[in-house]
Amino acid sequence: MATSPLFTDLDQIFIILRNWLVGFLPAALRPATGIVLEVIAIVCVFPGLFALTTVFERKGLGRIQNRLGPNRVGPYGLFQPIADGIKAIIKEDIVPFSANAVVHFLAPLSLVVAVFMEFAVLPMGRNMVLVDLDAGLLFFFSMSVSTELSVFMAGWSSRNKYSLLGAMRAVAQMISYEVVLLLSSVSVVMIAGSLSLPKIVDAQNSYTGIFPHWYIFTPWGLAGFVMYAIAATAETNRSPFDLPEGESELVAGYHTEYSGFKFALFFLGEYLAMFSISGLGTTLFLGGWSAPFSFLTFVPSWIWFFSKVMMSIFVFIWMRGTLPRLRQDQLMNFAWKFCLPYTLLNLIVTALWHFMGEGWMRWVVCTAILVAVYVFMGRVEMRSEHFGPRRYRYAE
Amino acid sequence: MNVVFYLLAAITIGGGLAAVLLKHLVHCALATTVAFAGLALLFLQLDAQFAGFAQILVYIGAVAILIVFAILLTRGSELPKDGVFSRSWFVGLVIAAGVFAVLAWAVLQSVRAVPQQTAAPAVTVRDIGNALVGRYVLPLEIVGLLLTAATIGAVIVAMHEKERPR
Repeated sequence: MATSPLFTDLDQIFIILRNWLVGFLPAALRPATGIVLEVIAIVCVFPGLFALTTVFERKGLGRIQNRLGPNRVGPYGLFQPIADGIKAIIKEDIVPFSANAVVHFLAPLSLVVAVFMEFAVLPMGRNMVLVDLDAGLLFFFSMSVSTELSVFMAGWSSRNKYSLLGAMRAVAQMISYEVVLLLSSVSVVMIAGSLSLPKIVDAQNSYTGIFPHWYIFTPWGLAGFVMYAIAATAETNRSPFDLPEGESELVAGYHTEYSGFKFALFFLGEYLAMFSISGLGTTLFLGGWSAPFSFLTFVPSWIWFFSKVMMSIFVFIWMRGTLPRLRQDQLMNFAWKFCLPYTLLNLIVTALWHFMGEGWMRWVVCTAILVAVYVFMGRVEMRSEHFGPRRYRYAE
Repeated sequence: MNVVFYLLAAITIGGGLAAVLLKHLVHCALATTVAFAGLALLFLQLDAQFAGFAQILVYIGAVAILIVFAILLTRGSELPKDGVFSRSWFVGLVIAAGVFAVLAWAVLQSVRAVPQQTAAPAVTVRDIGNALVGRYVLPLEIVGLLLTAATIGAVIVAMHEKERPR
């Protein structure tokens, strides 16, 4: 807890700012205007972060691949997203002749709207959540699954075999990994006893000595976080799970036939999905806006939330620069034969953790079960798998 | 009954009608999704958060995708030559009207059976969870078993048959 009033003010600066702005209006309009202001803040901040992240990503990938990355527009190429934005807006919007025009138009819109809705329930700082829903986590997931249909709409309406293949790959992959994503978050819900995201953060916001009670620092939390991170990477179609747009195979996947601003919307949607899913991972496992050490609580809570999210984004970029792309059958095998059973086991271990009560015993037992099963499933069982070339049933 | 209710009702019924009347099967599937979304919003308007979000998660996230996959995998997405309307539409209409009459009767009866409550009951997700693993645990288990059996059955039906040595 911040002790000095200056730090408390800094922590709550956006709330104070909102109340000050709303204070100019008559009392009847205040609640509605407050909500509109919060929505405007979300709609401005995250696309801003998206612009920064595109430069960050291209620079980072450049570093990893031993080249410079964009360095022509502005100092260190920092104004590159502005140039890209202007280009996207003034480019001709091409709709293929045989495309299904209405669905082709609706797909990017519905995708971006659904992704923006996800931010409504994320607590971005102390008291900084747009709506504290009792079923917040469920809302988040119901919005994130709605994007699947948009991806399908985009791929199908383009009347292009690469688009359709990309969309089918994307939907199949998202459905498979969504199960893992949901089940790995359920273990957090079991311990926190609530689906409301601010309550989940509150449950983790206490300290033993200087160390926080984040769920990642428990055996089931660590296993759940690793599964969540894998599923989140697949869910956002990021490398090494970027088969839906694998540019060497499918041109660009489901958005092959999109140009100009509609393509920019897909691009935006993809990065916003990364932000929101990192934000949810931060909230569930990394303590949300709480500080990593008890002596750092004077730093404003929103700084912690956004630094954790940007750290996750950095890991996404790092993985993209390091790992090769998976093959479709490997992807499905990994989801259904390893991730899903392991996440189910993690649920049982979480229940065990809950019922064993305080003490060192539960640390030993839970860790032993998780490690033993990982070694058996991931190491011993995998030895009997053969990794030869895939035999295509219909291509022989 | 207010403006929001009529708007949502219009969206739901419009989606349902479009699903029946549109010519292209994929368009019909998307129109069904609109109807599902309208239903979810109606649940939310009644303060049933859990039911509303579960409706979106299950129906838009899974059922709509399933329908779309089924259409694409069975090559039914081409337009049929002899119109989209079935010749036995009258029978369908009678059955639909019958089902609607029974449901409407049941709903109207339930209003009379349960006295009007003045305050809306506040049901949290926690209460629903407790009810599911407490009072309704047996139905839940039975549904779970049934779904598992159905899944295994589907996998066996779809399984690639190995060629037997002759």
